[in-house]
Amino acid sequence: MSMIHVRINGSEVADDVPPRLSLADFLRERRNLTGTHLGCEHGVCGACTVLVDGEPARSCLMLAVACDDRSVETIEGFAGDPVVAALRRTFHERHALQCGYCTPAMLITARDLILRKRAGSEREIRDGLAGNICRCTGYTNIVTAIAEAAQEIGKEAPNAQ
Amino acid sequence: MIANRYIGSPVERFEDRRFLRGKGTYVGDLSRPGLLYAAILRSPRAHGRIRSIDATAALALRGAHTIITAAQIGSQVPRIPIRLQPLPVLVPYHQPVIAERKVRYVGEPIAVVLADSAAIAEDALDLIRVDIEQLPPVPDRHAAAKAEALLFEETGTNLAIRYIAAKGDPGRVWARADYVRRERFAVQRHTAVMLEPRGVLAEWDAAHGRLTVSGASKVAFFNRRILAEQMGLAEDAIDMVENDVGGGFGVRGEFYPEDFLIPFAARFTGRPVKWIEDRREHLIAANHAREAECELKIACRYDGTIVALQGDVYVDVGAYNRTNGMVGARNIAQFLSGPYRIPDIRIEASLLLTNKTPVGTYRGPGRFEADFFRERLFDIVARDLGIDPVEFRRRNLLTAAEMPYSIATITPYEHKDAFDSGDYRLTLDRCLQEIDWAEKSKLQGKLVDGRYQGLGIGCFIEGSAAGPRENARIELESDGTVSIFVGSSAVGQGLETAFAQIAADALEIPIDRIRGVFHGSTAFVREGFGSFHSRAVVMGGSAILLAAESFKQAVRTAAARQLGCEPGAVRLVEGRLAATPDGKSVSFAELAGGGISAEESFANSRHAYSYGAHAAHVAVDPRTGGVEVVDYVAVEDVGRIINPMLLKGQMVGAVVQGLGGALLEHLVYDDEGQLMTGSLADYLLPTASDFPSIRAVVTETHPSPINPLGAKGAGEGGVVPVGGVIANAVASALAPLNVQPHELPLSPSRIWHLIETAHEMQQQLRE
Repeated sequence: MSMIHVRINGSEVADDVPPRLSLADFLRERRNLTGTHLGCEHGVCGACTVLVDGEPARSCLMLAVACDDRSVETIEGFAGDPVVAALRRTFHERHALQCGYCTPAMLITARDLILRKRAGSEREIRDGLAGNICRCTGYTNIVTAIAEAAQEIGKEAPNAQ
Repeated sequence: MIANRYIGSPVERFEDRRFLRGKGTYVGDLSRPGLLYAAILRSPRAHGRIRSIDATAALALRGAHTIITAAQIGSQVPRIPIRLQPLPVLVPYHQPVIAERKVRYVGEPIAVVLADSAAIAEDALDLIRVDIEQLPPVPDRHAAAKAEALLFEETGTNLAIRYIAAKGDPGRVWARADYVRRERFAVQRHTAVMLEPRGVLAEWDAAHGRLTVSGASKVAFFNRRILAEQMGLAEDAIDMVENDVGGGFGVRGEFYPEDFLIPFAARFTGRPVKWIEDRREHLIAANHAREAECELKIACRYDGTIVALQGDVYVDVGAYNRTNGMVGARNIAQFLSGPYRIPDIRIEASLLLTNKTPVGTYRGPGRFEADFFRERLFDIVARDLGIDPVEFRRRNLLTAAEMPYSIATITPYEHKDAFDSGDYRLTLDRCLQEIDWAEKSKLQGKLVDGRYQGLGIGCFIEGSAAGPRENARIELESDGTVSIFVGSSAVGQGLETAFAQIAADALEIPIDRIRGVFHGSTAFVREGFGSFHSRAVVMGGSAILLAAESFKQAVRTAAARQLGCEPGAVRLVEGRLAATPDGKSVSFAELAGGGISAEESFANSRHAYSYGAHAAHVAVDPRTGGVEVVDYVAVEDVGRIINPMLLKGQMVGAVVQGLGGALLEHLVYDDEGQLMTGSLADYLLPTASDFPSIRAVVTETHPSPINPLGAKGAGEGGVVPVGGVIANAVASALAPLNVQPHELPLSPSRIWHLIETAHEMQQQLRE
């Protein structure tokens, strides 16, 4: 077992974990953060995407022990985050979700695309989203929702990073 | 008549709020005190005889609790029955819930390990020693037909059943037909691959003899009946609980071995047991679909009028027939004629057993395959006859004057069916207009920037509204709001929203007076039939209409008692008040104390058929065989549109699934019956960058006459014609190279080989 200290959604957490425990299982089973979903557990579908030190990461491929002294953001976080708030609204208005299983990770990936200014065109959004599989929507409405949120965020804070 | 406020409007979904905050609750999110985790040992061999299972080392592992094999289950290992249209001849091929003496596919359950964590359970699996005597595998339908090796020695054949779809008598036309053409086509094995894997959590309450099973979906009431019988319990001693569901598409929610094994394990150990499938497991354990070949012959007049269609279909159904494994094959046979007028038909569909994962229904079962066969055949025929492929279709499409139109009857169970309403040429014309066929078809076969351009078209029907009944209950809550309970199941399609729209209109109340729509779980209504055959909205929605009438009557009666008037004099105001003409009133909240509730059942023995047309513009790179879908238009008439936003969402999603089936997805087996595509790195699902240009157009020109909503199914049609449309577009693009695709998927390597082969043939002809 290994002691780790992780900042999860802004709160410090200390836990003694087996070295082989994945970050996804750590979040879901030990922290009850079940908004992080497992679709393939081999890094293809992207449903388990979270932020580790601000960067999107596949929590199914990452070990909890690798997150010692780092910060993790899951869909249960982002309180007051204007980009996620905008995305939630446009996803709702544009019917960008059906079963909802890919949705938390889609929002996290989309937020990252917008903040890195990689959501300027449909092509750019589609390429940036290609690591997140959705089996329900066919993606069209997701892409539209992200483009709208990106435009809105760009207007509000043209120099946001 | 319903005062219409919400039906037909793009009402935004109620479901979104929880999903957008990570607050959806899927079965994998559930936990219980004292929980045991299950992992399932699955056969590594396609065909073999189990000699021994030694779990000594596994049980010695710290945290491993129990191992369950056929021996623990008892002398009679339960079988999984057929859900719809069962036949005695199929009984020998029903799957035992755990392998007894033989294993028949890679992935068949052999043992269940229960442990303190999923990780320990999986460690323990590795320590179980299973000795399997290998038997010669039956890897495909040709080996199945040869019958040198048999999956079920006792029946002496690998042919499970042969269905015949017949109408008229094609036998008499061949000799004197103007034109006859024979072709062979094939569709590859692929399946739904919904993003949330399957899961079951079972809790046994020994004190009261009650079982609760979470993770139910699609047909909870039917599965409860099977489980009750298998476990020797009364049906009402079992609660099946539907949680949020991460996609169904026909595959999730059928009764699988785990649907017995996990509840059994809970009763066996007296502790709650949870099993969540991993992705590799899903790809070998959940239903496969679509693998079919056909040999067809068609007779036409010189003017393109179809005279007869006859042929054989061979469907590889895998190792067992479980719950609905025959539906794909019988649908291919019955719906090969599609939306067209074909007077004489005879199609024989043979279901062949192989040592592969059993098949079941996947969105548009049999119809996707049949549409590929037929629409491809029609383009080849039209070309032969020198008739424009659009004109060929228009000449043969059914019109409103021909409704209801009887289609081929399926034997052995003598199932007769008829299309209910519609004018199938309308959706074809709309589709041509939307894609600008007149202009774009000038590009056919042209080379633009190194890629050949092609347009393809195809027409389809979508069946829906399977009976026998559906139930809905409406209840007045203490605060005066209403709750809707319905037997239909949600699988992510936005059912709560669509049903709230229907209920709000029928009750003549603002939609925010509906507290919730509760669906799927067995505790909500007396009986329910679930969500398959695009029946949820048609059947559940119609049941809600009936329940709403009874509910309003109950409210009027209760109010009349309090207000001292006749029920007929009571007017319901905005879902809040019941009032008399002279101004006296009582609020819904005050009436709620009396316990007002109405449950009704909508019964239906006929089917409602949606229909439409799709068209695609593709660009094919002859150097790589890569296909780009430049533009894609899907048009469907669904009788009555409940929510255009949800409807288009279903259509676009279904089209992209169809494009996956047409171009990418393939469950590949080797000759030993091993799945070669057991991960999402090998089994290619469409991604956001693959198919950017999909457009959905919906119409409602011909409401269904067989239900009070006028609705027809809408969830499956989008997938049905895609294989045929894309293959026709590719054929048009590559016409200058003489390429005619006969098989899916049209992967780059297949197209490249087709081009090479055509090229070599041309060369040989020249020499």
